[in-house]
Parts: sequence; structure tokens; C-alpha cells
Amino acid sequence: MASTTLTPPGAAPAPRATRAITAARLLPWLLLAPSAAVLLVVTGYPLVRMLWLSVHEYERAQLLGVPAPFVGLDNYTATLTDPRFWTVTARSFAFMVVCVVLTIVVGTLVALLLMKLGRGMRLVLSVGLLLAWAMPPLAAMLVWGWIFDTQYGVVNHLLTSLTSTDWMGHSWLVSPLSFFAVATLVVVWGAIPFVAFTLYAGFTQVPGEVLEAAHLDGANARQRFVDVQVPYVRTIYVVLIVLSMIWDLKVFTQIFVLQGIGGVKSQTSTLGVYIYEMGMAQGHYGAASAIAVVFTLVMLTISAYYVRVTIREETP
Amino acid sequence: MSLAPAGAVPVTAATTAGTTAGRGAPPARRRPARRTVASVGWGVLALLVSAAFAFPVYWMVSTSFLPTDLISGPELHLWPDEPTLRNYDTAIFRQERSPFLPALGNSLQVTFLVLVASMVLAFLGSLALTRFRFRGRRAFVLSILVVQMIPGEAMMITVFQLVDTWQLLNTVVALGVVYLAGVLPFTIWTLRGFVNGVPVELEEAAMIDGCSRPRAFWKVTFPLLAPGLVATGVFAFLQAWNEFMMALIIMTRPESMTLPVWLRTFQQATKATDWGALMAGSVLVAIPVVVFFLLVQGRMTGGLVSGAVKG
Repeated sequence: MASTTLTPPGAAPAPRATRAITAARLLPWLLLAPSAAVLLVVTGYPLVRMLWLSVHEYERAQLLGVPAPFVGLDNYTATLTDPRFWTVTARSFAFMVVCVVLTIVVGTLVALLLMKLGRGMRLVLSVGLLLAWAMPPLAAMLVWGWIFDTQYGVVNHLLTSLTSTDWMGHSWLVSPLSFFAVATLVVVWGAIPFVAFTLYAGFTQVPGEVLEAAHLDGANARQRFVDVQVPYVRTIYVVLIVLSMIWDLKVFTQIFVLQGIGGVKSQTSTLGVYIYEMGMAQGHYGAASAIAVVFTLVMLTISAYYVRVTIREETP
Repeated sequence: MSLAPAGAVPVTAATTAGTTAGRGAPPARRRPARRTVASVGWGVLALLVSAAFAFPVYWMVSTSFLPTDLISGPELHLWPDEPTLRNYDTAIFRQERSPFLPALGNSLQVTFLVLVASMVLAFLGSLALTRFRFRGRRAFVLSILVVQMIPGEAMMITVFQLVDTWQLLNTVVALGVVYLAGVLPFTIWTLRGFVNGVPVELEEAAMIDGCSRPRAFWKVTFPLLAPGLVATGVFAFLQAWNEFMMALIIMTRPESMTLPVWLRTFQQATKATDWGALMAGSVLVAIPVVVFFLLVQGRMTGGLVSGAVKG
């Protein structure tokens, strides 16, 4: 059946072959059909529905069958004039920027450290990184919650014995600033291994002769890094930064769980958690959908570069 | 550049060891003694960094074996003194919270469903996108790339309503299909890269030797796709096993929770958290993933890098 696809596209088909050619035209769609169906129903439809909800008044009552009136862009104006939305957005972006910068900087340092090591120590460091990388986010979050526990956490224990102050009973999650310090630590800890391994793999592909030549020309370690190694792995950096931005901007599990352990929701929600609060918890489905649409547009804008690079490198 | 392009060669910290030794530093310029001191220094630093990253994992395991009275005692126990399995007993068998075994069963079912379905569907889809030229192919490729960037956090309300309309809340099938839609774009994209990496000429050669097209594909190309299938399988497994948010809103009944949602029930507003049992539960959820990860790690990073370095 598939053998007919080898027929050169422009070749005039003999009448006998017509049916086979129609089958060959259909075959790729047949192969794609199951995936396309799943994506259309479970991603496409909810996406359209999200747009629909965002221009309708949709609360708990509408869930029970009360008709939903069309309200135009009311949900959007309400969202965009709500100071809470801007606070949450600013908070999410600030959190994202701090996390991305730390992840990329420390990830680079760890990658360079991997380059410096001999086989044995490299394995030791790799295992440590892999353990952190492999932890399921939720379990990792709970462990960090335990590490920073108010009453018996190891951090408070250690701080008490290292400093003269008594830290036992100190809550790390009540103050928004230290809440986000903990959240940042957790997110960065979980994100560095992927970044470090990827950059390390990239660095090892920089030809040794080039580095050596730079060395002979008198470039010091910093110059060799900035002027030789970084340009070689520029694409990797761009992709890592874009992916990190996306992951850190939509962070949900970590913030949600930390709030459960002891954060103040109104002062610590990020966009993902805010949509959950507005929609799932409070039942303002229309308003939450408007936020979700804005959120999606922001994400697509950030990833546009990544998508463009990917498509451009795609063989026709 | 793609997340895992054609024939990605596994590049890992361990496997590429040695290729970079001494690079960039002509040996004659430094005295051996200084070199040794430096390398010991780097080694110590590596040890510290490794310990820092592994610490939470160690702490989870250590606490899970520590008796409750020591956990909440005045002393810090860096090592599980008087180790006990009671925390595991509490986590698995104490029924006052939602039970462990059904959650394990649900997680296994969802994971199996997503793993098998995503690999089959992605395989068929990647075939269509690589071995055929048809109208709409590029559009499809572009749309899966874009769909991949749409945050699930934005979609939770409408996905929830969709599942609710079908009256499929609290069913493994619904959660499985939601996860399937989540992993398909990436798995199709990845596998597509791997199929592209196998030259079609190989198949044509087999056909000249008398194979039919499907048979040529099956005998020549398919065996070369094993790394790609492993990579996509790993991704699907991790997603289905670890995912929390969708499971939180779709699997709400105690008996239909998956493991991540079950883990969260250890924390109740009214009661002090039983950290020992919670750490035991975390170990139970994390260990399969960690073991799995260490086994397959070679294939996780190579993809992003191969082909991305340009002269």
C-alpha cells in the first residue's frame, strides 16, 4: 500500500493506479488522524472554549445551566484594570527573571566545573545533579518544605547552632520575601541540572584546537570563555533561556504547595496559581479565562523566537 | 534546532569523560605540583556541589527512617538513628487519609496508558510527517510546535469543564487522555527527528533487494528508532507519573487520586504534619523515577545539543 508513495509527484498516473494514488494521499492523514483527533478535542476545543468563556459572564450559576450572557471585552477590561492582576503579573515576572538569571549563571558555573574535572569526580557531580533532576516536583517541594519547617526544620536547627540567635520557630513562608527566596531556591535547584548538563555537552563540542589557539594568542580564561566558548553555544543559550523563562513563568506546583505548607496566598500567588484561585476555587470562570488568554498570549510571544529558530532549522 | 533532533547521540557527563582532559592548557606551562593542587581543589568543590544538590534527596530518605519522636525532638539527627519502618507503615496502611494502594494503582494505570498510547500515536504521526509529502504537513508541524508552548495552567478551567461535561471526572481514562494531549506534541516532534535521521535511501536499498515498503521500513528503519522511542517513552512516563495540577482538579475523590495528589493529603490544615510519614510517602513516589532516571539518563541531554553547535 505505502509503496505507491514512491511514485514521483508529477508523473502522469496510469488509470489503473488512480485508486492507489488516492489511498496514498489519504495514508498520511490516516496515520495522523489519532493524534490530530486527541489534540483537536483535548487541546483545540478547550482553547476555543477559553476564548468563548473570556467574552461571556460565566460564574458558578452558569455551570448549573443559567444562560451565559455575552459581555464583550468586559472580562478583559475588568482584568486589565484590576490592580491585583498587575501585582500578580509583576510578581510572576520578577520571580521568573530572578530564577532564570540564577539558573543560567549557576548552571554555567556547574557546566564549567564539569569541564575541569577528571572522570571520577565528574561522575560524582553528575550523580548529585541527576538526583536533583530526577526528583518529582511535588515530592521535591514537600522535602524542601520539611527542610525549612518552622518547628523542626534542619535549616532552623543549623542556624540556631551556627549563630547565637534562636531560630527555632522561625517561619520562612509567612513573609512574602522569604517565601519567594525559598521558592527560588527550590525552582533553581531543580532547573540547574538540565541546564548544566546541556551546556556541558555543548562546551565539549567546542573544538579543542580553537581554544588552544586562543590560549597561545594570549587569551586568558575569562576571554576564552566569553569570546570562544559562549559564541559556540549561543543557540543553546538562547533556547535554554527561552525554555527557562516559560517554565518559571508558569510555575504552579511549587508555589501552590508552598502556600499549602504556610504561605499567605494573596501575597504570593503567581499567574498559574492566580488562574486556579479565580477559576477553580472561586468560580469566576469568565474572568479567569480572560486572564488565561492574556497569559497564553504572553507565553506564545516569549516562545515565538524559539519556534522561529526551530522552524528555520527544519529541513523542508 | 529542536528539543531532540535526528539521531541524537547520547552526550552525558559520564560518557564524554576524558575527551576534554587537559584541553586549552598546554601541559608544559604549568608545574605538575600546582596542577595537582588545582585538581584537588576542583575535586573538593565538585564534592561540595554534588552534596548540595543531593542533600534534599538524602534528607528525604534519612527522615523517612527516623522515629517520630526523634523527628520532633530537640536534637538534630543528620543520620537515621534508631531506624524504623514505622513511617512507611503509616504512609501505606493508615487509612485515615486517602489510601496508598489505590493511588499507586491509579498512577500505574495512567502512566501505562499514556506511555503506550503516546508511543503508538507519536510513531504513526511521525511516520506521516517524515515519509510522506502532503498538503498541510508544514502547518501540522508548526501547530504542534505552537501547541507545545500553550501553558496547561491557562487551560485548566476549560479542560476541567470538558471532562466534567463528559462525566468522566475521577476516571483514569480522562486523565490519561488529558496527559496524552499534553505529551503528544513533544513526542511526535522528537520521534519525527529520529525518523528523519534514518536516510530513506536505506529503505530504498532494501526495496531494491525485494522488500515491500512496509517491510523495508519495519526491518531497516524501525530498529534504528529504538533510542527515539526510549526518549519519548521516558518523557511520557515522567509526565504521567509526576504531573500534579491536572490530577488535582480531575481526580478529586480519595479513591481516584494519583500518587502526587495523594502525597498532598498528608498536609491537613487542622493537624500538624507527620513529616516522617510524608517523607516515607515521598520516597515511595520518587524512588521509581530516580532509579529509572539514573538508568536512562544518557539519552536525556544529547538531543538538545546535537547539531546546535555551529562553527
